[in-house]
Amino acid sequence: MPPLLSRRLLRLLGGVTVTAILGFLLLPALVVTLAAFNGKAILSFPPETWSWRWFAKAIEYQDFQAGFRNGLIVTGWASSIALVVGAAFALALERYDFRFKRALETVLLSPLVVPHFTVGLGFLILAAQLGWARGYAVIVACHVVLVLPFVLRSVYISLRNLDPRLELAAASLGAPPLRVLITVTLPLLLPGLVSGWLFAAILSFNEFTASLFVTAQSTQTLPVALYNYVREYADPSMAAISVMYIVVTATLLTFANVFLGLAKVLNVEHPR
Amino acid sequence: MKSRPTGEDIAVQLDAVTKRFGKTTALDAVSLRVRRGELMTLLGPSGCGKTTLLNLVAGFLIPDSGEIAIDGRRVTDVPPYRRESGIMFQQYALFPHMSVAANVGYGLKMRRIAKPEIARRVAEALALIKLDGLEDRKPRQLSGGQQQRVALARALVIRPKVLLLDEPFSALDRNLRASMQVEIKEIQRKLGVTTIFVTHDQSEALSLSDRIAVLAEGRIRQLGTPDEIYCRPVDRFVASFVGDVNVLHARVEYIEGATAALALGPARVLVPAGTLQGVAPGAVVDLFVRPEELRVVEEGGVEAVHGIVAAQIYQGGHVDLYVDVPEAASGRVLIRAPGRQGMSLWPAGTRIGIGLAVDKAIAFRAAADAAVTCGHA
Repeated sequence: MPPLLSRRLLRLLGGVTVTAILGFLLLPALVVTLAAFNGKAILSFPPETWSWRWFAKAIEYQDFQAGFRNGLIVTGWASSIALVVGAAFALALERYDFRFKRALETVLLSPLVVPHFTVGLGFLILAAQLGWARGYAVIVACHVVLVLPFVLRSVYISLRNLDPRLELAAASLGAPPLRVLITVTLPLLLPGLVSGWLFAAILSFNEFTASLFVTAQSTQTLPVALYNYVREYADPSMAAISVMYIVVTATLLTFANVFLGLAKVLNVEHPR
Repeated sequence: MKSRPTGEDIAVQLDAVTKRFGKTTALDAVSLRVRRGELMTLLGPSGCGKTTLLNLVAGFLIPDSGEIAIDGRRVTDVPPYRRESGIMFQQYALFPHMSVAANVGYGLKMRRIAKPEIARRVAEALALIKLDGLEDRKPRQLSGGQQQRVALARALVIRPKVLLLDEPFSALDRNLRASMQVEIKEIQRKLGVTTIFVTHDQSEALSLSDRIAVLAEGRIRQLGTPDEIYCRPVDRFVASFVGDVNVLHARVEYIEGATAALALGPARVLVPAGTLQGVAPGAVVDLFVRPEELRVVEEGGVEAVHGIVAAQIYQGGHVDLYVDVPEAASGRVLIRAPGRQGMSLWPAGTRIGIGLAVDKAIAFRAAADAAVTCGHA
């Protein structure tokens, strides 16, 4: 029965294709994870002996510790500032009509099309010109620019899904503007704000290209520290750090999923 | 919250209120007085300004000119949260992140009322709308009708000086709509709360209102009781917007004082002369007649005009006859014949004589575009 056979073949082929694509997506993470447990001091695949020692080495390595700490400082400030600024702009763009509104929108979203390389170089030149030290302020400013579009979009979508009559109803029930904001607007925007902050934090913490330009030895973030390490050594502690990265990010997303619902955080689902 | 005295006690007053949006004038110098305890309906087609008027009373909009007063206090530029109006929106606008009890208690919390007192009044309000026991549900776990009751309770529990209802029934299905209408009217009567109700549905307006303000193009065309609006419309717009109506061509015989005599075929119809000012005897005018005021005339009765039945629609309690009357009407004429015998007596194709209740019609100057000759009249 030829038609039946061809259909079965097609289904088989489809299954194989999907599996291959998913495997391809996960392949780098898988290879690196296995390499992290190599007993020998070389980045090889597959490992011949197994060990946890590279995790211990990575955690104890001074530059990685400093990079992790710097990364947390930069990420914390950058994503929080981007959240406040992005939410304010999102509110302005959604609620008000004014001249140059389209222009403002384009400028705010432009970091999406400007290469990180360019942004980093720009901040480097600017900082040198103004005589600023390459301290945290420059790195944070640079990261704010890079993650702002993501926060803006996330909050903007949440605002679009918010029924303005809810705020009117609250006002008519006796709530002054600030109380409307605290009791109605902010709680309903929370999933958008959290998802915006989370994406900003993940992006900022992983950002390498621009950071390479604006960090100094004392302020280098983790990705920059990793880069500096790999230029000199090639042992599996790199892979161990990568595994920790994956675990931390996955934990954050799981947390968001359990407490807020991932669908809401990713703005896939209507928040109401 | 017992019934307050009615009469000329004014709860909401608008004086020459104008509101523009860009170049369009949404409300054009509208003045309106809503009596205390009254249910006033703002009726009109979409874009007539009725929702703008409601938003002005709620304080969501500020008028360009004119004054608004609630309970004798000028509130023209007072923000909504200090107006003490309760509003219920079309889609209810319940706070999705709060329980039913928190939704209903929101306005009381904003008034910094003590918790036990809030709990007591919320329970009282939920009992009033028959939703006690659902305090802890979230709005999305309620049916449409239940959500509407919660929205009503939320607006009423603050004992508003005026209750504003914005097309509250249009999201409900037909059966639920009728029962909610009865219920809301009952509650409104019981509490004696002054209510402004916005709708585009004329039958809803006729059945619920104490008075109706018919709006068109930013102006109030007529203000009156449902009966006045239905039986004594002041112009063609009101006559055709509220209820079904037939337009027949009649000739003016004479005008004497407040009464005009019109000839419709061999029959004479007396109508109020007020709507025919400046019309000379002999002129052709448009006679507006409700379907239930027309009847099929038995052999030997006084027939006004003749027509051929085009279709008959069985409606249970009555039969709707659609009749072609080329001698007196450009459109089809609708006759509402009580009982069921209409089905067998006048099948499609039957030639019938049509008579009308002589004192229940009203006439307006012929429309410029309806220049049709008036048969043998």
